[in-house]
Amino acid sequence: MASLTINGTVHEVDVEPDTPLLWVIREQVGLTGTKYSCGIAQCGACTVHVDGVATRSCTLPVSAVTPEQRIVTIEGLSPDGSHPVQKAWLELDVPQCGYCQTGQIMAAAALLQANPQPSDEDITVEMTNICRCGTYNRIKAAIKLAANGGAIRG
Amino acid sequence: MFVLAAGLPTILPAQENKFGADGMPNGWRDDPTIYISLAEDGTVTVTCHRSEMGQGVRTSIAMVVADELEADWARVRVAQAWGDEERFGNQDTDGSRSLRHWFMPMRRAGGAARTMLEQAAAAQWGVPENEVRAANHVVTHAPSGRSLGYGALARAAAMLPVPDRGTVRLKESSAFRYIGKDTVGLIDNYDFTTGTAVYGIDARVEGMLYAVIARPPVYGGKVASYDAANALKVPGVLKVVTIAPPPIPSEFEPLGGVAVIARNTWAAIKGREALKVNWEDGPNAAYSSDTYRARLSEAAGKPGKVVRNEGDVERAMAGAAKRVSAEYYIPHLAQSPMEPPAALVRIVDGAAEAWACTQAPQATRGLLAKRLGLPVEKVKVNVTLLGGGFGRKSKPDFVVEAGLCSQAMDGAPVKVTWTREDDLHHGYYHTVSVERLEAGLDASGKPVAWLHRSAAPTIGSIFAPDPKHELPFELGMGLVNTPFDIPNIRAENPEAAAHVRIGWFRAVSNIPHAFAIQSFVAELAHAAGRDPKDYLLELIGPARIIDPTKIGDVWNHGEDPERYPIDTGRLRRVVETAAEGIGWGRSLPKGSGVGIAGHYSFVSYIAVAAEVAVGDGGRLSIPRVDIAIDCGPMVNPDRVRSQMEGAVIMGAGLATSAEISFKNGRAEQNNFDTYELTRIDSAPREIRVHLLPSTDYARPLGGVGEPGLPPVAPAIANAVFAATGKRIRQLPIRDQLST
Ligand code: FES
Ligand code: FES
Repeated sequence: MASLTINGTVHEVDVEPDTPLLWVIREQVGLTGTKYSCGIAQCGACTVHVDGVATRSCTLPVSAVTPEQRIVTIEGLSPDGSHPVQKAWLELDVPQCGYCQTGQIMAAAALLQANPQPSDEDITVEMTNICRCGTYNRIKAAIKLAANGGAIRG
Repeated sequence: MFVLAAGLPTILPAQENKFGADGMPNGWRDDPTIYISLAEDGTVTVTCHRSEMGQGVRTSIAMVVADELEADWARVRVAQAWGDEERFGNQDTDGSRSLRHWFMPMRRAGGAARTMLEQAAAAQWGVPENEVRAANHVVTHAPSGRSLGYGALARAAAMLPVPDRGTVRLKESSAFRYIGKDTVGLIDNYDFTTGTAVYGIDARVEGMLYAVIARPPVYGGKVASYDAANALKVPGVLKVVTIAPPPIPSEFEPLGGVAVIARNTWAAIKGREALKVNWEDGPNAAYSSDTYRARLSEAAGKPGKVVRNEGDVERAMAGAAKRVSAEYYIPHLAQSPMEPPAALVRIVDGAAEAWACTQAPQATRGLLAKRLGLPVEKVKVNVTLLGGGFGRKSKPDFVVEAGLCSQAMDGAPVKVTWTREDDLHHGYYHTVSVERLEAGLDASGKPVAWLHRSAAPTIGSIFAPDPKHELPFELGMGLVNTPFDIPNIRAENPEAAAHVRIGWFRAVSNIPHAFAIQSFVAELAHAAGRDPKDYLLELIGPARIIDPTKIGDVWNHGEDPERYPIDTGRLRRVVETAAEGIGWGRSLPKGSGVGIAGHYSFVSYIAVAAEVAVGDGGRLSIPRVDIAIDCGPMVNPDRVRSQMEGAVIMGAGLATSAEISFKNGRAEQNNFDTYELTRIDSAPREIRVHLLPSTDYARPLGGVGEPGLPPVAPAIANAVFAATGKRIRQLPIRDQLST
């Protein structure tokens, strides 16, 4: 049994303690916006925020998360898709298949929280999520757009 | 009529003399009642029968329909068709042909629906039909100033017969509001960015179970014995069942193995880890990439089956002032869409229902029915979004696995998830090849003879026992249809046996063919002391129209060679555009260089110019890539751009870091730590896409999803040569620059 605070709601889940947070979020809690792709913290598809820090949930056992820790998934990033990063993603039509994008958005939102005006270099260092469709250049542009308050392109 | 060159196999397309959508199984439909519904509140729902995997087809199909329908984009929704080709026509989403085949049928469907709305309004007002006009969701009768919204006309329009397709007026392309414009965004983007988009791996139904499967590590292997005792002790594991091995060649069948079915995915994964399985590896247990490469190389060193032959290569070669040869190696690759294969199936009262990220819903339906012993009508395949496909998801093996697991659980819904390790270990891999080229140059450095041998296991090996040669569609991917202006030219295809499942990977055989040819052109330019771009243009020769069937390509991407001949003028133009884009000829710092490559595939013309910088210790970076595409008239320019951007990044990955290799029949890469895909730090820093304009929508459309990929790797390799003098003859580049 674990108690988790996800998107502001407390969930009691009956799982084995070594179960990665990713699978609990997806299967027990039923929020499928957080994705599986590698399971070994390589790709970032499973990125959520734990106390505001971008975290790869596929390798974080649920037993290592306390009920006090605030977990935010893509579904909780904004009530209506209006987070500046989400808006920038819409504006520049960043996604292709979209699968990696929830993880990318969570990583980008955490990056901007810590560093509101990231340089190209900062983005390149911080954004390590894989996108097989190859949307990196638009991701970079969208992060800058979000950093500039969505005011200007590029 | 097909003119078969001597020595060619007499394999004709499945349906002789039928081209494009006519030649596809179950063809096309253009009945608006199949694809378009209009609610009384005015909401238009377009049913997209092609699978969305990142190419933007749900947006693009909806754009085409909405434009002809004169619909207001804000009121257009899209629904996904289930797998039913009787109803929807061909649904195989592959070959870069959704819009090539469906642009006109979808225009006609939209135009017919618009006509029905106009007829309904005219009848209601008692005025002649030609006095009313539909525009932007409203039908207006100008003489009387009356107008009605689409919603208000929905019911009456639905009662009318569908007009004959010959009578439907299509819009002038100058009146397009969506087609060819950047006026609308991605229709699924809100769902993508909020996490509400549903992929195959996300499918959920009440009472579902979860499974992972231990599959034979070697293709053709099977379970010798297994012990499930420890697996069954894992909390949450419910059942362990075997899946029978398929006959070899295995076609689209599951590989067999041992399935662990559990209350959740994690329990299934842990249960699988606790399984003890003894495998019988079978005939491919000795397959190792290093020794196999030597075998391919040996085959490419000797004459092979002639698949194209013009002039007298021997004589011209003997009389040449200079002879140059080179051999290239292009390894296996895995498609590795970010969403691994995953599907959910349940069986209720003798009817199966699947939710799957499939590129081939009809094939999925057929194979599910066969393996579950159900009539096809009793199988429904719901198509989810695909988290990438790249060819992997055109094979329904993973969906059938879910069906078999469900059957083992008395029809309970079971979702099978492939872990990334499963994806890399049990794929339908891109072929592996050795490409050997030889040319004879005259005194001025111009080639007078060209010999290309391509040795690579064929995709045909998953369907027929032990075929040794590439099929027409593989030969037609840049081997036999190279449109060079060389008088003596021969292509040969020596034998190569397959030891793993070979499958379609975005752009397929164009990858090795283009890599070898476009690298070799630059090698010849160097040998001749010429500028590689000028030399490439010279080889392409003057602008002319080539009938592909006359040079040995009986396939021509399934298209009519008259409607889709090879136009070297278009190929020249993209090469010139890419070169101009990157500033060909400008001076660069030491350690930097630019390279170029141009390739025709999927009836589109693409050229890539790449700039690379090689720093300390051979560290390669790609500051900039210019890619130019002429795909004929475009529906959705922004999605053409995004496909080109994606192709450049995937191409950079296969050029620099991605490889699947085998040892003892087993793939050596396990996950993204060893199968290295391009990330943001290794991606080209700037990608500039040049769309060659085409406003003539009477011209045929070209492919977009795949053709961007083939010229990327050779352009990068050529740039590396320009930067360092080091010639790349083996992919990926990886650490080749560090010495
Ligand atoms: S699934 Fe967690 S990092 Fe890839
Ligand atoms: S958009 Fe498809 S993996 Fe990133």
